[in-house]
Amino acid sequence: MKNYRIIVEKFVEGVLFSSSTITSLTVILIIVFLFREGIGLFHGSPLEKDFVIAVSKQNPIQELDAAKVKAIFNQDITNWSKVGGANDSIILFTTSDITNYYSEEELGSALEFLPKKLNDFIVSHPGAIMYVSGKSLPPGFNGHRIKIKDITIPGFVFGRQWYPTSEPIPSYGIWPMIIGTLMVTLGALLFAIPLGIATAIYMAEVADIRIRNILKPVIELLSGIPSVVFGFFGLIVIVPLIQQTFHLIVGETVLAGSIVLGIMALPTIITITEDSLRTIPQSLKEASLALGATRWQTLVRVVIPYAKSGISTAIILGIGRAIGETMAVLMVTGNASNIPHSFLVPARTIPATIAAELGEAPYGGMHFKALFALGIVLFLFTIVINFTVEFIKNSKKEIRS
Amino acid sequence: MKKIILVALIALVTPYLQAQKVGFKIKGSDTVLPLTQKLAEIYMKNNANTSIMVTGGGSGVGLSALMSGTTDIAQSSRSMKLDEKMKLNDAGKAFKETIIAYDALSVIVNPANKVSKLTREQLEGIYTGKITNWKAVGGDDQKIVVYSRETSSGTYEFFKEHVLNKKNYATSALLMPATGAIVQSVSQTKGAIGYVGLAYVEKSVKVLEVSYDKGKTYVTPTVENAKSKKYPITRPLYYYYLSTTEKTISPFVKFILSPAGQKIVLTEGYVPLS
Repeated sequence: MKNYRIIVEKFVEGVLFSSSTITSLTVILIIVFLFREGIGLFHGSPLEKDFVIAVSKQNPIQELDAAKVKAIFNQDITNWSKVGGANDSIILFTTSDITNYYSEEELGSALEFLPKKLNDFIVSHPGAIMYVSGKSLPPGFNGHRIKIKDITIPGFVFGRQWYPTSEPIPSYGIWPMIIGTLMVTLGALLFAIPLGIATAIYMAEVADIRIRNILKPVIELLSGIPSVVFGFFGLIVIVPLIQQTFHLIVGETVLAGSIVLGIMALPTIITITEDSLRTIPQSLKEASLALGATRWQTLVRVVIPYAKSGISTAIILGIGRAIGETMAVLMVTGNASNIPHSFLVPARTIPATIAAELGEAPYGGMHFKALFALGIVLFLFTIVINFTVEFIKNSKKEIRS
Repeated sequence: MKKIILVALIALVTPYLQAQKVGFKIKGSDTVLPLTQKLAEIYMKNNANTSIMVTGGGSGVGLSALMSGTTDIAQSSRSMKLDEKMKLNDAGKAFKETIIAYDALSVIVNPANKVSKLTREQLEGIYTGKITNWKAVGGDDQKIVVYSRETSSGTYEFFKEHVLNKKNYATSALLMPATGAIVQSVSQTKGAIGYVGLAYVEKSVKVLEVSYDKGKTYVTPTVENAKSKKYPITRPLYYYYLSTTEKTISPFVKFILSPAGQKIVLTEGYVPLS
């Protein structure tokens, strides 16, 4: 009988151990996956894999920076002399333009004559700049490839433009999104933390038990509502409200995102704060009241300091909910990739970008990697926030003891 | 008690005893989505043993799902790009392309806006950020708020290619996750401009006349004008599917191309093929 109990105990211990191992391994695996995909962005040229930018053999230009190539394909630069070449106008060419020059029959049903036609094109149009798959260029191609500088980490973090699908060179600059994400999150917290903590204190200390029994389930219900519903609510109610209140030309703003996110973070903050306020031993409160302190003094001097660690946990989890939220923000902040200079202009956030674009990004392509790199940035944000709060919590404890 | 269990068992088993069910998935363009949903609904009513799952997300999403094999039909509001074709060719997958209907891409503004027509050049200026005030195109002194779809949208790509002359959108453009969201935002924002498929046009927004000959003739997007090719921003709507699944899919495609199917196309606000 005793042996049997020992076996059961060992078994339970094993189960507990393996569950925690599996959890930690999963976390590590996800992080490794995130970093492996994201870091890949910085090892290659900004061009899609196998794709090249080529010009005619007669063209003297060998190297161009990404900004120049973008300007050329955006028709801001239309003459080769502007980038140090001959005085000749630039003809833009991407693979799909081939049908403007040659018929589908000439290309063959499985595009088997495409390489030859590409060569014919560059011979007859020496002023062209071509963006084509390197695989489809024939041997002995009458042109040369142009070198383009790699994507750098500072260029990614501090870049101002986000055109992930622009051809031939996409722009991956996330600075506006970093600022946008931080501002939306900050706004949400400014709104949710005071409101959340106040509600929690009311529920734990002030409210009648009957009111609390109604209030608590209602607030918990709030966290069960899908975020799309919050998003639609924001778009139809909050966005026009902000537009009218501040007489704005456009209501999709950082503030709208902050309010929606604040509402979404409220249940987390309220529930956890309230729970931690309730764990305070009754004797502590009674001792304070017995010493002649008022209810308010007891609350500020005894109850809140005691529950500090619970409150900080509530705030961290609230931030976690706010910073990573995708759908609701996607619908109310307007997603313009400009740097927001106030709370009353549109902004684009990192999670919203990932949510909107990951579905279309081909697996393993540059766009895909750029979105994972965005994921890394978001991950680093959360880590920094967690460590900061942890640090504040620990340093406060030392002072008190 | 026993009877109840028996009945429950029979109820559980019967679906498996019925004739084999045919099912396939359709994914992609939000522009085509309402039409496909309606068509699938009616088709399933008449063919009880077929189940069709329709989801949106954008043309890019659908085509990339077709390549990865997570959908059977990709609905698209743009033709397949050459590099997408090359990717499928490289993977040894042959595919079929069918045009199921046409759509007139409509430019919409807030009903309070005085402007009622724009040229392609003006649209390009507005969407690339060169024109920022309605005053410059004959309207009130008011800032223009530019609404666009997200990059995953076929309409985004189509508009860029055929209206913006392949130039990039301004960074200040607001990118909306769904076509319905554009209609909603334009209806509640005074200085707004946006683009949506004809089927999404509602009374809460105003449709602009568009000119592609530098202002000589302006045309309103309607089914008739799109049919006669008078309206310049008319585009075909596609279904893409692999040749290997053609057998299961072709009855549905045939239904769409039949007179009955094309009638639904018309009543849903799209432009029928003939």
